[in-house]
Amino acid sequence: MTATATRESRAAPATAGSARLSAALWRRAWLRATLTLSPPLAWFLVIYLASLVVMLITAFWTVNPFTNNLVHSWTLANFQQIFTSTYLTIIGRTVGMAALVTITDAVLAFPFAYFMARVATRRSRQLLFTAVLLPLWASYLARVYAWIVILQKGGTLSWFFTKIGLGAVNIGYTNTAMWLVFSYIWLPFMIIPVYAALERIPDSLLEASGDLGARNWRTLRSVLLPLALPGVVAGSIFTFSLTLGDFITPLLIGGANSNFIGNVIYSNLGTANNLPFAAALAVVPIVIMIFYLLGARLLGAFESL
Amino acid sequence: MRRWTLGGALLAALSVLILVAACGSSGGSTSSSSGGSSGSGAAAGLTPPQAGTPVPSSVGKTEGKLNLIAWEGYAQPEWVNPFQKATGCQVSVKYAGSSSEMVSLMANGGGGQYDLVSASGDADLRLIYGGDVKPININLISNWKNFHPFLQSPAFNTIGGKHYGVSYEFGPNVLLYSKKAFPTAPDSWSVLYDKKYSGQITVPNNPIQIADAALYLSKIKPSLGITDPYELTQSQFNATVALLKQQQPLVKKYWDLASQEISLFSSGTTVVGAAWPYQANTLNASGDKVAGIIPSQGATGWADTWMLATHAPHPNCAYKWMQWVTTPKVQAQEAVYFGETPANKLACPIMDSIQKGSCEAYHANAPDAYFNTIKFWKTPLAQCGNGKNDCVPFQQWVTAWTQITG
Repeated sequence: MTATATRESRAAPATAGSARLSAALWRRAWLRATLTLSPPLAWFLVIYLASLVVMLITAFWTVNPFTNNLVHSWTLANFQQIFTSTYLTIIGRTVGMAALVTITDAVLAFPFAYFMARVATRRSRQLLFTAVLLPLWASYLARVYAWIVILQKGGTLSWFFTKIGLGAVNIGYTNTAMWLVFSYIWLPFMIIPVYAALERIPDSLLEASGDLGARNWRTLRSVLLPLALPGVVAGSIFTFSLTLGDFITPLLIGGANSNFIGNVIYSNLGTANNLPFAAALAVVPIVIMIFYLLGARLLGAFESL
Repeated sequence: MRRWTLGGALLAALSVLILVAACGSSGGSTSSSSGGSSGSGAAAGLTPPQAGTPVPSSVGKTEGKLNLIAWEGYAQPEWVNPFQKATGCQVSVKYAGSSSEMVSLMANGGGGQYDLVSASGDADLRLIYGGDVKPININLISNWKNFHPFLQSPAFNTIGGKHYGVSYEFGPNVLLYSKKAFPTAPDSWSVLYDKKYSGQITVPNNPIQIADAALYLSKIKPSLGITDPYELTQSQFNATVALLKQQQPLVKKYWDLASQEISLFSSGTTVVGAAWPYQANTLNASGDKVAGIIPSQGATGWADTWMLATHAPHPNCAYKWMQWVTTPKVQAQEAVYFGETPANKLACPIMDSIQKGSCEAYHANAPDAYFNTIKFWKTPLAQCGNGKNDCVPFQQWVTAWTQITG
């Protein structure tokens, strides 16, 4: 009895205090917002944006070629160097590959996601979901190495083509190989958002389309595709940006003429220790992604998230 | 509407930032160019900053600690544990992935944190002229006199009679070929530039590879006047890069990891390439018939040096370490573990006792004539041996290498 009494007497002032606090917070909405948002905002500003700003500033410096020390003097030389044919080719290759992989994944993912969302039974949908996500449980490196075994000379693919009478193929260490591997690796990131978009389309819309005399093709074009587009665009942000920033697949799967922006950044950091040029080059994907995201926003990609 | 403002604000912030930085650049550019050139001018002053630092005449009381920057595989328990027991110096190791990483870690003379670095020849001069390492008293390393003569005072770690460290292990970059594709052994690097092997060639993805091409050119085109593959004038450099650009369409893969080259050869994708002895030995151990040779034009190679940081906090333990790792036993253990050649000639019989035939395989007992065919890596500098500043520095090698590999 006494124990309970003590507990209550101790709890009472605390309750009163917290009540006052919550009342004060309730009255001042701005205070509430400030308190909840400050820690994540500070984190975002200090850790995330500050590191980006530091990188951006470095891009305007140079390195003493002899001692490898940073020379803190302002120059645009690093950016000028980017606009030479070597780096423009590499940027073009990176963006082109990212676009190609995105289109490939969109074409592959749409029918698959459609089947999952609208045709499959509940049970088989769960199975398909597992199948889509299963590769993500294995290490990226393990999957890329598996593709080396498949694509290299005398590998699984060549063996299969020989068996069906098409002759040996040797596409290991080429840009074609990179395209295959990228399309495989990022496919789940396209399927999931497209599935989410397709699943949300009410059946009544499709029925209405049919009632108004539209055939399957017409319904697909005028109803399904426009409604699924935000999902496709959301997925494309993943496939595009992931390909754009990758350097491991080009390093392992690519041959000659396979450098990506990431590989040049990597070699300037690792081999040359030229941080300023690497930083200048790192601005390129950021700028590309800003434009890509603005375009995606116009297409309504963020409304389906 | 609100989203637009947020996006707009972010974009505006970014553009303001870029603008500010750009304005700053135009304002400060004049001072920058003069500052930069005076900096490199000071570096080209030919005397390393630490040249006058006195060396100890004996090894004092050990400090109980030792901090190393090393290549992976250079501080294995097999020889670190006995060292700790014998000297009481507790070893901590920071592994570096590249020569440049070593140079950055050693900034400010090791920052008062690191004692020793196992730098390769392409980093040595940068460390010496950057003032990050200081001379040592080589007479305190008793096994030094048992080294192969060419590693006792090599140009990449000894300047003006001062030793900025003690040589450790080394190896050549060999021409690796499949015996199936070459019934008779090739004797020239020319096979790497031969259209006959188009799509079956692999070379390392490393800018220092330009030196390999320069070495080859120095022999087949003497008119270029290349005497040192690491000291190339602009015209010599251009000729070398042109040769490598011709080679590029023939190359199947520029390899980054030794394991990549091994898989390229064992799958038969490539039949000839530039490699380390390690790949040749690994491939032969698994039954693939290959050979790694030094062609008639000679070869490039790497040689590592344990260098003492200018602000080493534990110099006595550092000397103890340099003494320890140059003993024949550790030299042999390291050579067999890593697949390279020890600096100490006395390591040969111990290598064979660890792994039969390894002394022969890694040429630890080869005559001096063999080693004279190896041009060891060193940092390409603007200031070359002729006293002029007209050579192409390493940063341009990296840029050119990106152009070559595409």
